[in-house]
Amino acid sequence: MTIQVSTDLDLQSVDHSAHAVYLSDLCERLDLDQLALGAETAALVQSLRDRASALAQELTLPTTRQEEWRFTDLAPLRQIKFAGSAWRQRVLANPDSEAFKNLILPEAVARLVFVNNCYMPELSAIANLPTGLAISSLAGQGGAIAGYLGQQPGAEEVFTTLNTAHLTEAAVIRVQRHQVIESPVHLLFISSPVPASRLVSPRCLVVAEPSSSLTLVEEYLTLGTGTDLINAVTEIWLQENAQVNHTRIQRHSQTDFHIGKTAVSQARDSRYTCHAVSLGGRISRHNLKVHSTGQQTETTLNGLTVAAGEQLADTHSAIGFSQPHCTSHQLHKCIVSDRARGVFNGKVSVPKAAQLTDASQLNRNLLLSPKARIDTKPQLEIVADNVKCSHGATVSQLEAEEVFYLQSRGLDYQSACNLLVEGFAVEMLEQIPSATLRRTLSQLILSQIRTEPA
Amino acid sequence: MIVENSEVILSVQDLTADVDGTPILKGLSLEIKAGEIHAIMGPNGSGKSTFSKVLAGHPAYTITGGTVLFKGQNLFESEPEERSRSGVFLAFQYPLEIPGVSNLDFLRVAYNSKRKHQGLDELDVFDFDELVQERLAIVKMNPSFLERSVNEGFSGGEKKRNEILQMALLEPTLAILDETDSGLDIDALKIVANGVNQLTRPDNAILMITHYQRLLDYIVPDYVHVMEAGKIVTTGSKALALELEARGYDWIREEEAIAK
Repeated sequence: MTIQVSTDLDLQSVDHSAHAVYLSDLCERLDLDQLALGAETAALVQSLRDRASALAQELTLPTTRQEEWRFTDLAPLRQIKFAGSAWRQRVLANPDSEAFKNLILPEAVARLVFVNNCYMPELSAIANLPTGLAISSLAGQGGAIAGYLGQQPGAEEVFTTLNTAHLTEAAVIRVQRHQVIESPVHLLFISSPVPASRLVSPRCLVVAEPSSSLTLVEEYLTLGTGTDLINAVTEIWLQENAQVNHTRIQRHSQTDFHIGKTAVSQARDSRYTCHAVSLGGRISRHNLKVHSTGQQTETTLNGLTVAAGEQLADTHSAIGFSQPHCTSHQLHKCIVSDRARGVFNGKVSVPKAAQLTDASQLNRNLLLSPKARIDTKPQLEIVADNVKCSHGATVSQLEAEEVFYLQSRGLDYQSACNLLVEGFAVEMLEQIPSATLRRTLSQLILSQIRTEPA
Repeated sequence: MIVENSEVILSVQDLTADVDGTPILKGLSLEIKAGEIHAIMGPNGSGKSTFSKVLAGHPAYTITGGTVLFKGQNLFESEPEERSRSGVFLAFQYPLEIPGVSNLDFLRVAYNSKRKHQGLDELDVFDFDELVQERLAIVKMNPSFLERSVNEGFSGGEKKRNEILQMALLEPTLAILDETDSGLDIDALKIVANGVNQLTRPDNAILMITHYQRLLDYIVPDYVHVMEAGKIVTTGSKALALELEARGYDWIREEEAIAK
């Protein structure tokens, strides 16, 4: 039984004022062409799309008057008319290009690549998969995805609806009962910019069967500089006693828009760990929703957000418990420089039935410039009376004494600051299951931020 | 070791400095030549630590007058990191903890910034590891401290040993030891002092700042200076330190008053 604990208010507070921007105004007419997915899959996807499209007609772009979007003004989205699926044609890709080779993780056991939401078999590597691991695009999935795709709580939320209405492709991963996949599966969603701004709707479905184990790296990036709206949805199902170690990297260009949803359902005794790193996007938002439906689930959420220039980077997480003996541990860090803004909202719901919950949450923020800004909001909703729940938030700058200490050992000001920033970030990076990726991220972070003396 | 006609490493003339508009150094003069070991003693608040931080280039202090020449160059024209690379080293009274930065990485970056300044190739991870293992012996430090974050969770003695390890790697011309002995038990003090003694050479100099005569039993100074209210009021040999230990500082103040 799935108990819905999400209390997203978007629907109840739809903006019907004259200035409201309907989702249907945001992008061109939905192109409901025939899907070459096989009859069963196409029928299933079409019914999901039809329902979402009908809903999308009624939904408006959230505004800062809604609590869930109070700190994240989407007004810049209204200025852009996004092309829908017109740009969805396949681009020619060269698997031997340097740009692509640099994206390959040598540690990965398999790789699935999408460019502009088109599946790229020539860039993917899904031959010789270990026993019990199935990876593919959406075509021909049929009955395997029924009951999972689009079935997570919160499917009616604005951007999730928008994604489903544009559903044409998806990455589908399934790990069979008792199978342990230790090396990471690498999902690459690449944006290759075109002259127009597009709405790109990547989708990912993961099913970890009972007592299985999966390591997943989900990566979003732009080759070049784009002004697309990447509206991604990932649904992860952990069945009884399953384990998923999920790394989610968002490194689009600083002019793209990224709205990403990670919806996770955890059955009893399952263990979910998320390492989320957000670097890109003029406006980015990661909605991370974990629904614990059984006893003794474990949830670990590690997050690192880096924002510079005029970026706004938002993380909204929600963990909903429904049964006793569950634990969650969350550590989210933000590094913000220039005039950028970071937003963290961490909700934890502990209803009466979820006795003996052990939930901790900490949000640590590092501001590198006097104009950088952080909005942080813990949101604990605790009804059960026998629980251990903690939360905290810190905001700090680089310590002048630490910078001086490093300078006195021969490091120039910028190198000293960089070393301290790396020290702040390393805790969030060191658990990512690929040394190649850790190095790339470290370099990206240092090239993104700029430290100004306070 | 006092050597006739050796090079002047540090020459301080009438130095005055403020912190937040409050004068701390009020006309300090001092000359240190190659091969020499100097000790500055003095009561709390006399400006000893300020002097050491001013030499290293701490941004909280404003130089209001006087000159400081390091090997003939105006020290105040260069940034803290340039002073470090050209051979000034401050062992901190309270070494900072840097979470998330491994001690080994920190030492390598510091060492290589000096190599680069000298026009030498930077050492790679393996060559540096060899070097650091060898220098660890100078302060009898357990190699496990290299893997930990800089000074994080180190005891007081371990932090001070880590400072001397940095000194052993950077091989400064002028090492300023700011109360490196305070808070150390006698065993740790011996290790630290023994480390410093191994690093003295005819072409470098050491300036120790301390509260306690005890340190001077292990690192024997050529000169002992007494600082009071922002300047050096008297200078003597090691015997002066013993006298200070026995009689305190008041007699110096009285003698100074009589002299005026």
